[in-house]
Amino acid sequence: MTPSTTHPPATTGTGYAALPRLMARMTGDEKHEPAATSTLDVLWVLHDRVLRVDPAHADDPDRDRLLVSKGHGPMALYAVLAAKGFLDPGALDGFAGFGSSLGQHPDRTLVPGVEISSGSLGHGLGLAVGTALGLRLAARPARTVVLLGDAELDEGSNAEAIQYAGRARLDRLTAVVIDNASASHGWPGGIAARFAVEGWATVDTDGRDHDELYRAFTAPHEGRPLAVVAHVEPKGSPR
Amino acid sequence: MTVSALLTATHRPADQRERFYQLLPELLASDPRAVALLADIGAGYVDLPDAVADRVINLGIREQLLVSAAGGLALTGMRPVVHTFAPFLVERPYEQLKLDLGHQDVGALLVSAGASYDMAAAGETHFGSRDVALLDTLDGWTVHTPGHADEAEAQLRSALPGDDRVYVRLSGASNAVPHGTGPGMAVLRRGSRGTVVAVGPLADRTLTAVSDLDVTVLYAPTVRPFDAATLRATLTAPDVVLVEPYLAGTSVPHATAALSGVRHRVLGLGVGHAELRRYGRPADHDAAHGLDVAGIRRSVREFLS
Repeated sequence: MTPSTTHPPATTGTGYAALPRLMARMTGDEKHEPAATSTLDVLWVLHDRVLRVDPAHADDPDRDRLLVSKGHGPMALYAVLAAKGFLDPGALDGFAGFGSSLGQHPDRTLVPGVEISSGSLGHGLGLAVGTALGLRLAARPARTVVLLGDAELDEGSNAEAIQYAGRARLDRLTAVVIDNASASHGWPGGIAARFAVEGWATVDTDGRDHDELYRAFTAPHEGRPLAVVAHVEPKGSPR
Repeated sequence: MTVSALLTATHRPADQRERFYQLLPELLASDPRAVALLADIGAGYVDLPDAVADRVINLGIREQLLVSAAGGLALTGMRPVVHTFAPFLVERPYEQLKLDLGHQDVGALLVSAGASYDMAAAGETHFGSRDVALLDTLDGWTVHTPGHADEAEAQLRSALPGDDRVYVRLSGASNAVPHGTGPGMAVLRRGSRGTVVAVGPLADRTLTAVSDLDVTVLYAPTVRPFDAATLRATLTAPDVVLVEPYLAGTSVPHATAALSGVRHRVLGLGVGHAELRRYGRPADHDAAHGLDVAGIRRSVREFLS
């Protein structure tokens, strides 16, 4: 599948076209695990076009927050952070080694631009609810985006967070669910319906189409949290 | 709303939990970073002035979210005050405590109620005797075990402004008067035959139990960090008895570490590991676990004889 935009120009060497090369520095291979690549386009569009984040002001209290709850396969996250200047690309080479700050699950205290330490599933959405509550109480305009996987929604803790966020009308909260159909028992009726019934605005979108993703993340959702379900090829299928 | 449902008889020490609910609006007013998170427990007892009402958030019966949301709030610089019954605050969301506070490297002020078998008639589902032992598996927690509502108030006031991880274990049992607010141990009595460390609400009955024994009695209103320095500095005979209102033996490793290099013996009294499958009153469970005056006296005398 080919992304529908080339923004920014691939010739810069730090744009979208640079991501495969950056990921290869971690895996030693141009082909990657589905868990690593399923999030790549979503992370890129968020960092490149949606979020107000800046490596020079990584601790700005007014920055937008991107919480990656699906901590498995973080190579895409590290590659995007390297492309955007949060990380020295040289750090990618030691991936998951004892001396590396980049593990198979990310640690927020070790990596600039990583907002939460994750890996154990079912924690990010609850942390995102608290983050959104805190930003709202402090009257900060920042947006909180949390990235989840469809199988991660199996964890019951997400139900608590989805229910409460809808009732609390956390309209600065966005949950983006990468749906690569990896949940063991599936979600009959689709994932978006689970959020919609709890009062969220929802958008289903192609998780590889950058313009569609951008439109989804900027969709109006007054007074409600927003759920973006980003559909990608099923886990295990060739990309 | 009132706290009348929790009011205690005038001849008894003030109830720690009631004091917390009375104090909470003032705590919130005193610190703009403070946010109280509830999971229904206590929501009906807190009287909220409009000025702080938006900083009391009742999440409903969602204890995993309770702790995760506290972590998220702390990530934005707020100071979460998190409250529910001990088993629902520490046992059910244990992984959230580990990851969403500890692993994120953020803090919160956790305030439990229903210590050990405070709600004796409710049975095992509502018993919280394992909380301090569970927190011992995690890093960086301060654990307060107030023995009086005044002590609890002082500990809450002092813990609020920080960013660290603090657990305040409110008990339905209290001593007649405050014995100190720590963080170090207070010396209640000096003797030459050994040391008895009484934790929080067990101080009065421990003093009574050993009144005719020649032992030092230390009082611990805070158990983590464990005050090794006072234990060592006041030690006469190297025999130490810990009297704890939660799982028996919880602080034994800490006493052992405090006395490393000294040949010593330690006895850990507390709530037994086995499920009793009994209801009744707290006093019934005190007797069953040997934590009443007679039981403490029997154990200490036997150990020191």
